[in-house]
Amino acid sequence: MATKKFMYVNRKAPYGTVYALESLEVVLIAAAFEQEVSLAFIDDGVYQIAKGQNTDGIGMKNFSSTYNALGDYEVNKLYVEKESLEERGLTADDLMPIMWEDEDEDWAEKPSVRIVSRAEMADILAEQEVTYSF
Amino acid sequence: MALVVNGAEVATDEEGYLEDLSVWTPEIADAMAKEEDVDLSDEHWDIINFLREYYEEYQIAPAVRVLTKAVGKKLGKDKGNSKYLYSLFPYGPGKQACKYAGLPKPTGCV
Amino acid sequence: MSMLHIVNKSPFERNAMDSCLKHAREGDAILMIEDAAVGAVDGSTIAGDIKAALADKTVYVLGGDLAARGMSEDRIIDGIKVVDYAGFVDLTVENEKTQSWV
Repeated sequence: MATKKFMYVNRKAPYGTVYALESLEVVLIAAAFEQEVSLAFIDDGVYQIAKGQNTDGIGMKNFSSTYNALGDYEVNKLYVEKESLEERGLTADDLMPIMWEDEDEDWAEKPSVRIVSRAEMADILAEQEVTYSF
Repeated sequence: MALVVNGAEVATDEEGYLEDLSVWTPEIADAMAKEEDVDLSDEHWDIINFLREYYEEYQIAPAVRVLTKAVGKKLGKDKGNSKYLYSLFPYGPGKQACKYAGLPKPTGCV
Repeated sequence: MSMLHIVNKSPFERNAMDSCLKHAREGDAILMIEDAAVGAVDGSTIAGDIKAALADKTVYVLGGDLAARGMSEDRIIDGIKVVDYAGFVDLTVENEKTQSWV
């Protein structure tokens, strides 16, 4: 099967709507079919990978730890827009340190999160063959 | 559907997966295996325990491909292949082992 | 005759918060819940509008919604009060009327 460049664009905060969780589930399903999968976190989507999420007070399942499994599915390009962070008073330090293990380098841990500018994000989005929006 | 373990009914869905993951005990895994004429060996338990740890950390049941690779890394290359995993879980390592481990069906499994 | 205004949409995505801030009157209470909770964090593009509102209104955020989105209470705008669900109920009792900006 020919692989294509799949992009999942995430623009919503988690928990208030179901978009974030739906996106994550679709990403895991698509990744099981060995496509080249990237994720973009733009606008409120950056909250999806904010560290320290605690849902005890709202009685919903905390699915933030599942982003750490993406590396196992060979999904290791998580692009985060710098301007989106800044507009929300956030920095890269507010994000989970999501890593993937490089099997070709004795399972060396490498960061999956890549902070990019809005202009770089536009270029990345333009390169994709299939784009899903959440 | 209900499974009876130590005289108590345990609720499962139509495919035999636990309705409530938090009620899982090793006895439940044994009872599920017995229904499918499987005697759980230490090798089975290695995989079941691995799946439970994976779920605890990531909140998902891994896809078979991910499970195979991760088992290879953790338990050795001789075990990290589908032939070995299918020999233990002939109904499919994802579906069958996840069920015994009290996990939901792996994401992407139909 | 104070009113409790409840906002549940992210201020970065919808104009519900902006519209609420423009319509709320002196002495009113504004409560940020669900996705709106992220608006309580200081240093954002809307922090100035919230600070301006704090001059003559009280602003609250639901703590559980803030924590769910990974935002700790020590980074919210000075003057915003954190409430739990019981505090939410108290606010609906203390204020004569409630308006939701959905």
